[in-house]
Amino acid sequence: MARSTSALGRSEARSGLLMISPTALYAVLLLAAPLATVVIYSLATGGRGVITWDFSLANYVEVWTGPVYRAIMLRSLIVALSVTVVTVVIAYPIAYFVSFHVAPSKKSLWLFLITIPFWTSYLIRVFLWKVILGYNGVINSGLLGIGIIDEPLTWINYNVGALVVTLAHAYAPFAILPIFVALEKIDRSLLEAGQDLGESKLRTFWRVTLPLSMGGVIAAVLIVFIPTIGDYVTPDLIGGGKLPMIANMMEVQMLKINNKPLGSAIAVSAMLIVALLSLAFVLVNRRFLGPAR
Amino acid sequence: MKSPGLRAYAIGYLIFLYAPIALLPIFAFNDSRIIAFPLSGFTTNWFAEMWADRQLWRALQNSLIISGSTAVIATVLGVFGARASTRYAFPGKGGLVGLIMLPLVLPEMIVAMSLLVVLLAISVPLSIFTVILGHVLITTPFAVAILSSAFQSLDKSLEEAAYDLGEGPVSTFRLIILPLVAPGIISSLLICFTISLDEFIIAYFLAGADTVLSSYIYSQFRFPAKVPAMLALGTILVLVSVTLLSIAEFFRRRGIAKTGGKDTGGFL
Repeated sequence: MARSTSALGRSEARSGLLMISPTALYAVLLLAAPLATVVIYSLATGGRGVITWDFSLANYVEVWTGPVYRAIMLRSLIVALSVTVVTVVIAYPIAYFVSFHVAPSKKSLWLFLITIPFWTSYLIRVFLWKVILGYNGVINSGLLGIGIIDEPLTWINYNVGALVVTLAHAYAPFAILPIFVALEKIDRSLLEAGQDLGESKLRTFWRVTLPLSMGGVIAAVLIVFIPTIGDYVTPDLIGGGKLPMIANMMEVQMLKINNKPLGSAIAVSAMLIVALLSLAFVLVNRRFLGPAR
Repeated sequence: MKSPGLRAYAIGYLIFLYAPIALLPIFAFNDSRIIAFPLSGFTTNWFAEMWADRQLWRALQNSLIISGSTAVIATVLGVFGARASTRYAFPGKGGLVGLIMLPLVLPEMIVAMSLLVVLLAISVPLSIFTVILGHVLITTPFAVAILSSAFQSLDKSLEEAAYDLGEGPVSTFRLIILPLVAPGIISSLLICFTISLDEFIIAYFLAGADTVLSSYIYSQFRFPAKVPAMLALGTILVLVSVTLLSIAEFFRRRGIAKTGGKDTGGFL
């Protein structure tokens, strides 16, 4: 019996591996191999298309100590973290509303309404914010037209704030879904228990609902943070090329200056930052939930 | 339940989400090349200008080839991945599934640049074919996610019944599993198609001399005179994606109804 079970297990393992092999092979060839190549490139040195294979960390030293690179990485971090905080904080009440205050039959309609803007052209949405916030844009021309201001506002365009608003709008639906899913999973009787035991609504929320939904909040944080730190379009269109972020710097090194090793070192550094911060978010969440368990 | 404050906030939020998109038709029909208030009159010139743009049609053709191929290949790969991860236990499963899903948590620029470095190093000419390679990579995780939920809601006993009645693995898959996950397959095709059509970074860096819709729109944004025609195009694109998504949502709901599940809402 034991033998037949293990034989069955082995055949199941074989079928499973066979079944996943086309998809896995594709990911290995087109994702794992290119990423490994980038790591190897980052250890070479070069410039203007010439590459010397000297396996040094010189590129990393330059990326992490050069003032230009540091300023750009710091800007990317500030923008991505602000976008993440803004997006998640404004998304939470929406997820809460849909999960707790919308009739079950209408929930999918609400989710549908929330997700539609996300599926409409990202480029056009970003460009629309340029049109809205621009010097001669919709807000300025509108306010001038009705006489509230005498000259165009300049603090709304071509700055980090404009980047944050645009990206927060672009990634808003991303934040709602994971929080909503986490809230849906909460056993409603726990909340009733909390209130039966004399907790106020606010305290029940603070002590039961919020901790139980933290998993969703962390997922939302990661889902927003990762693409925003690597965003290319918004700094280019909204920042007018004057506020480059990591992705723009990568393009310059990889293609315009044609220093692939340095570009690769930037890419690897960006991946490291993303991985470390993601790990930190997850660990903070464990800590946060720790005493409750 | 009463919560007027939250409801008002939710409606305000929807307005914030939709306001920029609402500007699209307003300025697409506005009779001025300058995108600003006050509006100066109604025109359909921008739609006509867009319609007459030959380069735009070529870019659209390229994009449709890319999105169509991407949707089919990613969904086929998604079927294999989802079936393997929901039905079988095997060594290295976590790592392999993790690798397949990795593009979801990697900034697209990194995916694009690492592919570009390799393609240039082995001198593969950049074209719409290389864009398809990249798009399949980033849409496969979505296909796996959508199809996994379709495969998960399958009742395993139906499959066993087919085996007991003498069907082989292939005919069981064709006769029992495929019809039951068909709605999942359709929504995966539509969603991969939509993502690929909208994707910009990979299309911009891996297309070489070929133009696709998103990179064409991007290049036109540099010329203020071309902007109104692009807003007209954007209006049409919004209508198309809303239609496609409504169809995807319809099939997703029908799939849930078919397998007897409960609707929990949402795509992801």
